[in-house]
Amino acid sequence: MRRKAVVDRRKCAYCGACVAVCNINANELIETYLEINDNCNGCGICVKVCPVGALSLVEG
Amino acid sequence: MFDVVVVGAGPAGSMAAKTAAERGLNVLLVEKRQEIGTPVRCAEGISKDSLSRFVEIDKKWIAAEVVGAKIYAPDMTEVVMAEEMAGNEVGFVLERKIFDRHLARIAAKAGAEVYVKTTALGFERTDNGLRVKLRRLGENWEVETKLLIGADGVESRIGREAGIIKTLRPSEIESCAQYLMSGIDIDENYTYFYLGNELAPGGYAWIFPKGEKSANVGIGVLPSMAKMPAKYYLDRFIEKVGIKGKIVEFVAGAVPVYGEISTAVADNIMLCGDAAYHSDPITGGGIANALSAGYHAGLVAAEAIMAKDYSASFLKRYDGLWKSDFGERLRRNKKLQEFFLKLDDSTLNSLARSIAVKKIEEMSVQAIVAELLKTNPNLIELLREFFT
Ligand SMILES: Cc1cc2nc3c(=O)[nH]c(=O)nc-3n(C[C@H](O)[C@H](O)[C@H](O)COP(=O)(O)OP(=O)(O)OC[C@H]3O[C@@H](n4cnc5c(N)ncnc54)[C@H](O)[C@@H]3O)c2cc1C
Ligand code: SF4
Ligand code: SF4
Repeated sequence: MRRKAVVDRRKCAYCGACVAVCNINANELIETYLEINDNCNGCGICVKVCPVGALSLVEG
Repeated sequence: MFDVVVVGAGPAGSMAAKTAAERGLNVLLVEKRQEIGTPVRCAEGISKDSLSRFVEIDKKWIAAEVVGAKIYAPDMTEVVMAEEMAGNEVGFVLERKIFDRHLARIAAKAGAEVYVKTTALGFERTDNGLRVKLRRLGENWEVETKLLIGADGVESRIGREAGIIKTLRPSEIESCAQYLMSGIDIDENYTYFYLGNELAPGGYAWIFPKGEKSANVGIGVLPSMAKMPAKYYLDRFIEKVGIKGKIVEFVAGAVPVYGEISTAVADNIMLCGDAAYHSDPITGGGIANALSAGYHAGLVAAEAIMAKDYSASFLKRYDGLWKSDFGERLRRNKKLQEFFLKLDDSTLNSLARSIAVKKIEEMSVQAIVAELLKTNPNLIELLREFFT
């Protein structure tokens, strides 16, 4: 199963840290709305960088 | 056709747009947020000198003035840096919501078009410049331009699309969390810095007064060294130091701590501010360099339009300008950061103790290092390894 990053919108403080470190531009911050697209390869770098722990990797 | 499209209305972008527009260029400044300056992603501290170089000081966006800084080692040994003369404020804590808007307004007043809620999606090269793809209020829109200035901050896509910068690694970015707290009991004449690997792995915690007993209380950690998210360390810091107050705002953010990039230009394109990793690798401060880079990019944009030369080799003039202003400091502070990252808490404590009684009269990283070297000559050997 492929892993993919998902965002907990109740935690996300829309800071853009995850966008800064994604190597393959799989995420975009649209104002206060973080979008993660299907290109996400589940590398997990953004999860490590998020200041509030709003990101996690899930199967699927 | 625009002469310049500037992406991002932070300090770098607004300063670039203002400088270019003042020189008669046809400038478009786009900002993806609907309100410039919010949400804030900053602790808002800046030295008086570096601010007044580029903007006329206006009390409307100064939240507090400070005379010095107090730095705490892990065991709470205090090192004080302050100006000799009382009443000689050396630093400001800004109200960036107002400051950033003020800068965008002076860019508009100088003649730049300013569009908010407008995102740059990418660009294509054309025969005589670039076609920039924008999304404005949900609609796609394309504009042609001779030059593009990427001032799109830490999440910059322009620099990566242009092949100027590489994506930051977790060891090259500080992950930050901050509360604006009210009802805080501190001497508001100082900013406060707390060091320690336990406390803030690969970073530090801060308290910057904002007047009327309120303050920015925050922390930055290096994700490659931290085991938990920044917010976890922030809550722990507040508990440990016993900061009492009410949280009235929450801020998250990230700052590049990369050091100097070799070039910030490509054909038709210049990057400035956090987009060019211009923030300081030790302090994480980036407003001053963003203002300087924006100003110099605006100047070179005007020269390029005049010369009708938009090639990277012409735009390298901009590299020359920002590098001679702060490039060396980025290089040196990157090395110092690498050095400090290797120190354990007990070494930090003994270094702080060695200079705790000294009066450091200048508020800068250099002043601390100079004092450390004076008191600990053996450090010179250690540091040499980093500086050769
Ligand atoms: C928690 C924290 C504390 C800090 N504390 C300090 C401090 O005390 N002192 C200090 O000097 N510095 C501090 N910094 C760093 C400082 O905030 C930055 O260096 C500074 O804001 C950089 O300015 P800039 O103009 O380059 O980028 P920004 O201010 O980040 O502006 C970039 C702008 O571009 C916009 N944008 C991005 N992508 C697009 C797009 N595709 N299209 C349109 N618009 C776009 C963004 O919305 C944003 O408004 C701190 C940073 C953080 C995270
Ligand atoms: S890093 Fe975390 S808080 Fe910041 S935008 Fe990404 S998910 Fe949201
Ligand atoms: S998991 Fe990796 S690829 Fe997916 S969004 Fe995060 S950084 Fe990008």
